[in-house]
Amino acid sequence: MKEFAYQRAFDVPGALALLDAGSDARFLGGGTNLVDLMKAGVERPARLVDVRGLPLNRVEPTADGGLRIGATVTNSDLAAHPEVRRRYPALAQAVLAGASGQLRNMATVGGNLLQRTRCGYFTDVTRPCNKRVPGSGCPAVEGEHRNHAILGASGHCVAVHPSDMAVALTAFDAVVSYETADGPGELPLTEFYVPVGDTPHRETSLPRGALITGVILPPAPVAARSRYRKVRERASYAFAIGSVAAALDVEGGVVREARLALGAVASRPWRARAAERALTGARADGEAFAAAADAELAAANPLPRNAYKVALTRNLMVAVLTGLAEEAAR
Amino acid sequence: MTTVPTAREGSVGTAHTRVEGREKVTGAARYAGEVRFADLAHGWFVLSTVARGRVRSVETAGVLAMPGVLTVLHHGNAPRVDTGYIGFLGVPPDPSCAVFQHDRVPHLGWPVALVVAGTSEQAREAAEALVVRYEEEPHDTVFTGERPDAYDVDGHVPAVTGKGDLEAGLTASAVVVDAEYSTPEEHHHPMEPHAATARRDGGRLEVVDSNQGAAWVAGDLARLFSLDPASVRVRSEHVGGGFGSKGIRAHQVAAVMASTVLGRPVRVVMTRRQMFSLAGHRSPTAQRIRLGADADGRLRALEHRSVSATSTVYEFVEPSASVARAMYDAAAHHTANRVVRLDVPTPTWMRAPGEAPGSFALESAFDELAEKCGVDPIELRARNEPERGPVSGLPFSDRGLLACFREGARRFGWADRDPRPGLRREGRWLLGTGTAAASFPVMARPSTAAVTAEADGTFTVRISAADIGTGARTALTLVAADALETGPDRVRVRIGDSDFGPAMIAGGSMGTRSWAWAITAAAAGLRERLAAGTGVPPQGITVRSDTSAAVDALPPKERHSYGAQFAEVAVDTGTGEVRVRRMLGVFAPGRIVNPLTARNQFVGGMVWGISMALHEEAVRDAASGGHYGADLAGYHVATHADVPDVEAHWIDDPDPDDPVGIKGIGEIGIVGAAAAVANAVWHATGVRHRDLPIRPDRVLLSGAPGV
Repeated sequence: MKEFAYQRAFDVPGALALLDAGSDARFLGGGTNLVDLMKAGVERPARLVDVRGLPLNRVEPTADGGLRIGATVTNSDLAAHPEVRRRYPALAQAVLAGASGQLRNMATVGGNLLQRTRCGYFTDVTRPCNKRVPGSGCPAVEGEHRNHAILGASGHCVAVHPSDMAVALTAFDAVVSYETADGPGELPLTEFYVPVGDTPHRETSLPRGALITGVILPPAPVAARSRYRKVRERASYAFAIGSVAAALDVEGGVVREARLALGAVASRPWRARAAERALTGARADGEAFAAAADAELAAANPLPRNAYKVALTRNLMVAVLTGLAEEAAR
Repeated sequence: MTTVPTAREGSVGTAHTRVEGREKVTGAARYAGEVRFADLAHGWFVLSTVARGRVRSVETAGVLAMPGVLTVLHHGNAPRVDTGYIGFLGVPPDPSCAVFQHDRVPHLGWPVALVVAGTSEQAREAAEALVVRYEEEPHDTVFTGERPDAYDVDGHVPAVTGKGDLEAGLTASAVVVDAEYSTPEEHHHPMEPHAATARRDGGRLEVVDSNQGAAWVAGDLARLFSLDPASVRVRSEHVGGGFGSKGIRAHQVAAVMASTVLGRPVRVVMTRRQMFSLAGHRSPTAQRIRLGADADGRLRALEHRSVSATSTVYEFVEPSASVARAMYDAAAHHTANRVVRLDVPTPTWMRAPGEAPGSFALESAFDELAEKCGVDPIELRARNEPERGPVSGLPFSDRGLLACFREGARRFGWADRDPRPGLRREGRWLLGTGTAAASFPVMARPSTAAVTAEADGTFTVRISAADIGTGARTALTLVAADALETGPDRVRVRIGDSDFGPAMIAGGSMGTRSWAWAITAAAAGLRERLAAGTGVPPQGITVRSDTSAAVDALPPKERHSYGAQFAEVAVDTGTGEVRVRRMLGVFAPGRIVNPLTARNQFVGGMVWGISMALHEEAVRDAASGGHYGADLAGYHVATHADVPDVEAHWIDDPDPDDPVGIKGIGEIGIVGAAAAVANAVWHATGVRHRDLPIRPDRVLLSGAPGV
């Protein structure tokens, strides 16, 4: 494999300087995706700047009642954090639904956000892929696409985003904070991931050379009653074929507030705003939940062999919302 | 208190941890890719990126200038080998192992070059930089059961058997099941990838390898390279799984070629991705079964037809239609195994070849027949117990099938089962149970062994056996201890070395039976010598055995292991998730040598059966002709969370007429397991799943009732 240099950063300015010091460098978090991609030849950086030792490994309450999650917090620590479990249970559940214990011990929040799709054409350098080699084509449209996108895709790319964590973060209006040589910045997660369009190789709006320093979760009382459910082709250690992060505030049988995000349906975590609109003010019953799911999935545009995902996602939304409503009624 | 000495109790039948267990768990045991050699060079395969065509050019100049690169072998410069022979197992070699002999590319992932360099990283970087140009031809990789070009091929069993008038039998039947089943391409993927290091040591060729039979690989290498068999030594001390995939393959041949050319040791290791096209696999199958029965379920007609795929360079048959030849009789009884040739790698033996996919179809069809007849599935099998081999007409040596069902039903709680499907709910889950029968042939092959009485009172056994993770080394230690009437702590068993002479491979569930036979014979000879003799000289006393005559003299009978598989599943028809809640297997496996490792074999097979039922499937991309998602993230096997409660038991299964008493246990555990799961899914949902794996999308689209 290609030889590469490895450097360690110990503070944010140092990390930015190291990245900037030459061409073709990447930040390395837990390496649970980047190193795999290097082995597969998909990524061929000349230099890795290891940021896992940066002092960004804390989960702290913010003054307004939210949480600030450092970029190098491991998935394991995030899922185990008492405030995460209390205030945003769906986030802890989402993290625990991903990967394995060993991987979660290594994987970081910042790296999780930047992981790449597991589309088998993307990870096979002998095949065309617009995401890997812009303009080379997308074999998935005509080929294997059982676990590809049903929402927001384009003819240029139908891959799905693999993260579970990001689905829950999307439901809770998370904001990504980053640092650049020119100063800090912030991006709501829904703007952090950009639509596929005809540039599937451009996945985020993170400025070039920027270092993710953390994720801010705004206060969201509704999130205290939230759930993440993931369906996959085996019971563990597989990427989702459908997932839902949902939060529901019900009073007197009526939905006051709902949060809903979907995984494994699009190139990015999918905030189900149409469903949320349909739910708000509706009766908290199966009929309304189904109508909300249908409202969201009206835009679904499945491929010949992934239409099952529409039914799966619909059923999953209804099941999770029903569970939350039952919990609220108890 | 005093203890009275008692007669020595035998070791066979008592639980022993693996004799090499400590080395394995501490990392002291070295596997083929870890054995150290001075001056070692590393070879890295370059595989074709087209599925059919010719290599037009291999542009080596730039690569030869890369750091550390020593040579690039390809069809233009590689040593020639001879594939025109009948190998150790009585069949010609799959020419897929004979790399770099011509410019033809018969499938995607075919080795077109080997880049050899000082380090494995240098070899890999250069291999990935090597430009190979192809003259590409249209490829044909799409397998279906309707291929008109499928034809009959005798594999390790005859292609076709038949008796009686099938159509008349079906017409006269009160109940008919006519159904098609399919199983996908499946891969062995042992944890340890294939790895070999070859070196020339004086006049000898030495290969350190990971394989299922050192003598087998040594014999084939000698034939391929036209060497004196005595000048080839293959060692395979520890093997991290084989499952049928570790015979003579491209990596050993390439390593021998490179070490010959360079005059230094060369190691070739397959990557996980390369294993998808270089290590063999189980062909997809398309099967059709027609059963005709009287209203009480007694069969009048049975037809099982199976189509599998092979490559364009070798005929390998997955003989799925052969299961019924030993299991069920009918006046009209027809079975046929056909193959179609595609531009894909050659399949090979994979745990229970034929029986695993064949039992899925046959035992699912029996469940369908039970449903149609309104007969309990176990009772249906009882009503169809054959008197003699349905095809061979031979008597059964013993037949423990119904005893397995009785014991399994008792342990599983089958008697309380309501046969109606789709009734049991628990929250979002529909629950169901299913059962299936299992059988696997009991065979033996000639083997040789040497047993030495050492001067210090201990014994050394030498046999070219292979312990591919099964615990064979430990089992043979127990067998030898009993045969020598001593304790296992006084017996050293040395295996995995072709210099120990010819012996059966670890395959076909024949290894332990064949090896134990040879060791027992040598030990008996040695005890006679010791009884007659005057003490042991410093060099010890060695007696050799060869079971060729004894194996040949075994009277022909239907000899099989049997089993009854039970599964309980939960199905969420809203998401398509299927979870096996418990699995129970009861086996009639002959004499059990080591209950600890035997249970491991049964449970391992059953877990694989769950995996086969629900997860495993190699997906081929029609456009490229290669695999999609060729890694263990894309090829799903069951995880721990998928196999919560798996129990294996066995019944007493003595065969006093058998000279060994040991049957095979390596494969029976997977047989019938997938059918038991599929039958349980039907019982849960009322929907038959005749295509494996039973994926969420298939369950979702099958129209099962929602919860």
